Amino acid sequence: MDARSITHFIASTHQVFETMLSMPVTPGKPSACCTVPSFQSDVSGVIGMTGDVVGMVVLSFPLSTARGVLKAFTGTDIDPSSPDFSDAVGELVNMISGAAKARFEGLSVSISCPSVILGPGHRVQQVSDATCIVIPFECPAGKFVVEVAMRKAESAVGTKAA
Amino acid sequence: MKVMLIDDSKTMRNIQRNILAQAGHTDIEEACDGQDALSKVSAFAPELLLVDWNMPNMDGLSFVKAYRAGGGKSCIIMVTTEAEKTRVIEAIRAGVNNYLVKPFAPDLLLTRIQETLARAKAA
Repeated sequence: MDARSITHFIASTHQVFETMLSMPVTPGKPSACCTVPSFQSDVSGVIGMTGDVVGMVVLSFPLSTARGVLKAFTGTDIDPSSPDFSDAVGELVNMISGAAKARFEGLSVSISCPSVILGPGHRVQQVSDATCIVIPFECPAGKFVVEVAMRKAESAVGTKAA
Repeated sequence: MKVMLIDDSKTMRNIQRNILAQAGHTDIEEACDGQDALSKVSAFAPELLLVDWNMPNMDGLSFVKAYRAGGGKSCIIMVTTEAEKTRVIEAIRAGVNNYLVKPFAPDLLLTRIQETLARAKAA
């Protein structure tokens, strides 16, 4: 994964939050996934990527941040036990992943339907043979991260860099 | 105007429903995937369909192909995260009248609807 790919995810996160939530986000310094997170992940939206690039995108929040973000997104304070809460998190990670993959010029990438994990202090284990980067963000609702793990598929070796 | 919203995300359907309501469109039916939409579309007879691409069971592109193959003539706007040019062309070839990439501003959805309906009226 090159620096440009990280930029794609920063840009797509900014675009989704700005357009759909009217909420500014400030990216921090990206780091390797093995770095100890600065907060406890309670809510994660996960999307798989296949095609010329194989990997996973994870959007993780502490619960308080997730509630604030989803209130801005949907206009209501959704109880985390409601299916609507997971649905909204899934749609957010879907839009962030989709907007990022659109920036991968010359590569054909498909994304899966999103999955959502709820539970205090959980960790999503990324695929072991992919480069994994954590991009921290801050927004008025609090801190969150976008984790991206990806590698070029065997069939795509020789095409443009991911 | 009767509008059918086809998206697996209830959140997205609610967002679209609220935008449409603000523009005075309240006669709305919802479907959570292509199969669900196919089972409802004849009875509801919408004038406009907003269709997501990536959905379980039956995706939006398959729905559009099936709807057009069955003689469905109403306007379709694909509302999706799929932004690549090849996907847009694929959707237009399948019978989509217009295309809107998520994330979108509310005004842009209404603009797309207006231009799609105006084009259909002029044709």
